[in-house]
Amino acid sequence: MQTISPPKSLAPQKARISPLLAGLALLLALFAVFALSITQGSVQLSWHEFSLALLREGDPRYQTIVWDLRLPRVIAALVVGSALGVSGALLQGMLRNGLASPFLLGISAGSGLAAVAILGLGIWQIWLPLGAWLGGVVTIIIVYLLARTGTGISVERLILGGVALSSLFGAVQSMLLLLSPDGQAQAALSWLIGSLNGRSWQEITVAGPSMVVSLFAGCLLARQLNVLSLGEDLAVGLGTSLMRSRVLIGLVATLLAAGAVSIAGLVGFVGLIVPHGIRLLVGTDYRLVLPFSALGGALVLAVADLLARLGPTEVPVGIVTAVMGAPVFLWLLHHRRRLAGGL
Amino acid sequence: MSLNGSLDTPSSSPLEAQQLSGGYDDKRIIEAVNLTLVRGEWLSLVGANGSGKSTLLRLLSRILPTQAGAVLLNGKAIHTLPSAEVAKQMALLPQQQVLPAGLTVQQLVSLGRTPHQPWWQWDLDAKSLEKVAIALAWTEMESYRDRPVSELSGGERQRAFLALALAQDPQVLLLDEPTTFLDIHYQLQLLELLKRLNQQQGLSIITVLHDINLAARYSDRIACLRHGKLWAVGSVPSMLTPKIMREVFDVDAAILDTPVGLQICPLAASQTATAPSIPDLQIPNQISDPQIPGPQNQIDSSKSPTYADPSYADQ
Repeated sequence: MQTISPPKSLAPQKARISPLLAGLALLLALFAVFALSITQGSVQLSWHEFSLALLREGDPRYQTIVWDLRLPRVIAALVVGSALGVSGALLQGMLRNGLASPFLLGISAGSGLAAVAILGLGIWQIWLPLGAWLGGVVTIIIVYLLARTGTGISVERLILGGVALSSLFGAVQSMLLLLSPDGQAQAALSWLIGSLNGRSWQEITVAGPSMVVSLFAGCLLARQLNVLSLGEDLAVGLGTSLMRSRVLIGLVATLLAAGAVSIAGLVGFVGLIVPHGIRLLVGTDYRLVLPFSALGGALVLAVADLLARLGPTEVPVGIVTAVMGAPVFLWLLHHRRRLAGGL
Repeated sequence: MSLNGSLDTPSSSPLEAQQLSGGYDDKRIIEAVNLTLVRGEWLSLVGANGSGKSTLLRLLSRILPTQAGAVLLNGKAIHTLPSAEVAKQMALLPQQQVLPAGLTVQQLVSLGRTPHQPWWQWDLDAKSLEKVAIALAWTEMESYRDRPVSELSGGERQRAFLALALAQDPQVLLLDEPTTFLDIHYQLQLLELLKRLNQQQGLSIITVLHDINLAARYSDRIACLRHGKLWAVGSVPSMLTPKIMREVFDVDAAILDTPVGLQICPLAASQTATAPSIPDLQIPNQISDPQIPGPQNQIDSSKSPTYADPSYADQ
């Protein structure tokens, strides 16, 4: 029951720059990426063509490109990215573990299994997003039930349960993939890597509203996370119900991650890295970390998707986030170590 | 102890344990403890290692759930109260602190206002800011406001966490071994500060203290725990007796009257049944004991076999 302080490397020093400035910079960058994402691609649009198309005027081809192809895709990237960022920040805060990501508690394995099963059976493919959402949520419910102790929910058991179920479901998923015909395996693989290719308004209108609500709900949990960062005993002393806060935070994080998965599949690294970068930027106060993680996640995924589209052949955005993410993560760790004065 | 006896309706005690039992998971460590904190007093829980004094404090502060009995906070069962309501009346200083890096003293102490803030309130209101300022003033931490807590020395850090607890504006303060990681100067400094809070603000205090002499010096009453049960409770002079020291701590002690009140001077570890038995060389008759120490014998006889028993060594 003794609480120990988190390793220094996971918790950065205080804010480097003023939050206002950081927020403005992020918003500016978001706007720039948004504009680039809509104008750039296999068909390039000038500012004039773009603004005409946005007003539903001019060349109908351009209108289609802007309104039906690029705009939903960019918005999907923004929503998914911010959901993953906030979900990661919530879980890292609650578990007081910098390795926590939206997928740590088994959501990826559950969604992945459901998706592979649906694709493998070749039925209900329209329901893939919903099936993946359900698979992830059901898995997390199992993990939470496993983590129940007589009186509360143990953080260690949450992590262990998530890891155990992940490897179990991962094995089943691999077996299904091996047994399935090539075409289906291909489709499943692109989904497992995470892709925003061809996302339309439909996916966004199904999952989007609940995710936006969850984003706001997540930000409202900031004060709870701040108290939880003082350790279990003191959090109880300050009037926090560990059970309630763990269920609440887990619920919001799950809704966000499952919504993201239902739109884009398993996009890795965003939920892990963005909160780290944000803490480096604005410090450890979750009242800042959570909203900034939303902005940061949106920015990172939008940039990654832009890069994924701009190459000679389009690659799934999940590959871009992984390729960008791993070195950035290592750089962050190194940078932080220098800031913390060795560790 | 002028209040003693004059106010004995249940609601007059800020904190009361009734037949309280509990422990970790299924293990029961504290067994049927009845303890009443008198308003405005400083009560210290003492006992040997493993006597359950920290567990009792964790039960009182509802970090651990009760298995039987109840804890009453101002007359109301603590487990039926909303947790924020409890935290408005009672604050806790755990033995070990977690230090989120980068957190400043001001930010830390502000978190003490959490139970008083509605969930939608993003920042501290004027009243809360004032309470934080008062807490910082009491603990003499005003000039450390903007320093990261992780860069403070042990004594300063403990004062910062005490300020956090004071910002809760509690009637009852529970402290688990507050002096453990402090050297003697900071130990006295912290306890003197608590004494001032106790006497000038009427704060009721329960401390778990390892050091019986510090407990005797600062507290009004001492509660002695032994094997999870409340062995004795009473004023300092009534507890600081050679008999109780032997029963509770397994030490032979002399009681000295010093300028800071009664103190104990431990003389030797008592030779009791619980002390580890030294190979017993005084019973040569056992060597000639005709009994062969079979398994039955070993279980039956608490005395044999001893290390001095050659037949045992032969086996």
